[in-house]
Amino acid sequence: MATAAGEIGVIGGIAAKFRTCPVTALKIDLAAERLIKANAVAAVVFLAIGGVLGLLVALTRWPAVHLLDSDTFYMVLTAHGLNVLLFWIIFFEMAILYFASAVLLNCRLAAPQFAWIAFVLMVAGALLTDFTVLQGDSSVMFTSYVPLRASPNFYLGLILFAVGALIGCMVFFGTLVVAREERTYEGSVPLVTFGAIAAAVIAVFTIASGAIILIPTWLWSLGYIGHIDTLMYKLVWWGMGHSSQQINVSAHVAVWYAIAAILLGAKPLSEKVSRTAFLFYILFLQLASAHHLLVEPGLSSEWKVFNTSYALYLAVLGSLIHGMTVPGAIEAAQRRNGYVHGMFEWLRRAPWGNPAFSGMFLSLVMFGFIGGISGVVLGTEQLNIMMHNTLYVPGHFHGTVVAGTTLAFMALTYLVLPLIFRREVMWPGLAKWQPWLFGIGAGGISLFMLGAGTLGVARRHWDITFADAILSFDYPATAFLMLGLNGIFAILATVGGALYVAITVASVLFGRPVHERNALHALGPLPQRVVESGSSAQVGRHGSEGFGHLPGTYTLVAVFFVAFALYYFVNWKYLSELWPLS
Amino acid sequence: MSDTGTSEKIPFMQRVLDNPFLLLFLGVTVPATLYLVWGLVELTQIPVAE
Repeated sequence: MATAAGEIGVIGGIAAKFRTCPVTALKIDLAAERLIKANAVAAVVFLAIGGVLGLLVALTRWPAVHLLDSDTFYMVLTAHGLNVLLFWIIFFEMAILYFASAVLLNCRLAAPQFAWIAFVLMVAGALLTDFTVLQGDSSVMFTSYVPLRASPNFYLGLILFAVGALIGCMVFFGTLVVAREERTYEGSVPLVTFGAIAAAVIAVFTIASGAIILIPTWLWSLGYIGHIDTLMYKLVWWGMGHSSQQINVSAHVAVWYAIAAILLGAKPLSEKVSRTAFLFYILFLQLASAHHLLVEPGLSSEWKVFNTSYALYLAVLGSLIHGMTVPGAIEAAQRRNGYVHGMFEWLRRAPWGNPAFSGMFLSLVMFGFIGGISGVVLGTEQLNIMMHNTLYVPGHFHGTVVAGTTLAFMALTYLVLPLIFRREVMWPGLAKWQPWLFGIGAGGISLFMLGAGTLGVARRHWDITFADAILSFDYPATAFLMLGLNGIFAILATVGGALYVAITVASVLFGRPVHERNALHALGPLPQRVVESGSSAQVGRHGSEGFGHLPGTYTLVAVFFVAFALYYFVNWKYLSELWPLS
Repeated sequence: MSDTGTSEKIPFMQRVLDNPFLLLFLGVTVPATLYLVWGLVELTQIPVAE
């Protein structure tokens, strides 16, 4: 099996250079590989920038430290949101789209030159926006609600970034056409590719919403348009702002399936069921944007309740399905790998020393227990009134985007390094601890912001003591404790994030080259049967495992449902205390 | 790579799920209608203050 570049495939009259992956046996188009590398490197750079800014935010929210002055705080908070919520994740998602199309479908990437134009536009846009924000006159937060007016280059940078991302999505869809036309796969695409299709579909809706609102706002900032309606802005902007985080959900669920397949040879329990869950995402997940408008008086209860409850619950059902089928697929694979004793030997003997597995499983657990449950609470119109625009909101999305998506992407990086960059992971001992440090840190940040939000702490206030306010107000002392703990766990997450960046950069620059003979070893600890049978190739295949003997998964799911129900009804109890009816 | 033989009749839902451009159409029009258009129509009906 060739690992060196040089195999030239001429498919459909167009030549492309391929190599064959020694682990998955997939043909890798070298043009796609270069683009995956470029987007992944850009993603890590913006994560590093956004992570440092996030630490500054957390240290300012910590009342005992209160690091930054108010102007700097709002500038840093704006830049933090943009760098991690948009730039880091969307660059990484572009890498995932190219991997899930060209690599998993064994075909050439459609129009790589357009993919490079997309990359250049995204880099230029991100740098322009960052530069503009750091000049200090565009501290309008990630949301940039009008009538707050940023410098025109703030909006222009975001538009350039979005146009680049849209071109990247078109290259992805074009590659699906190439694969089908050139018959590089039979039947249906692999489930990981299907998850990427869901992410790309949501990305197109997201970018379209962004274009609808950001282009007029840019013209408004230049003085060509006199007025932007604040409520219309808010409605359309959240079509982009919240949906951009739904791209993450689809992408990181696809990443869970990919990691389980590569490391354990896991198959989906049911292709039909998992694809239906992704279909629920495609149809309904974007509607969750409405939870940001639940207290707006201009919108009817019908619109609010339909979008956030009836329709959103179908998307939640999709997540509940994945929340069962991903651990179920892992349990089934591990039982096939020989870990059949008791209820949890499959989990106990899983490759926890492999950062790709531990990161993936921690992401799965924390996304479900923290991000998922808090999302349903926020999406319930009655409960939302208690925590709308409090720190509960960032607490929720740090559970989804940081503990969920970011940790899943970090976990995938430990496979991208040997499989795509063809470098061994440097400092494997440190790498083993990295997902735990980052995951526990991110989990703590989320939980303590959820706690502070439940106590009513405003989402974006620089100083919760209101030291310079004319009218004083005291939050409960527990809120101060929550923000102190948030700061401590932010430091922990920063250490984990810095380790991730250091390991990634060092591995790319100085890691030992990966060849055919050390390729499997470079993936880190794996079950012996996976090493012997080469079942990692499952990631590029279509086929179901079936719902067999999965007692461990059913127990975990039961624990989740109990936690979900308890927390949900505890919040109704809080609501009854907020508005006594007697 | 597939478990499905090519001679078998492909079920309707599988044909839907195998068509990325149909999914793209649905994934844009459903939220555009239910979230954006419905919401914007409601906002346009708010009386303007005199």
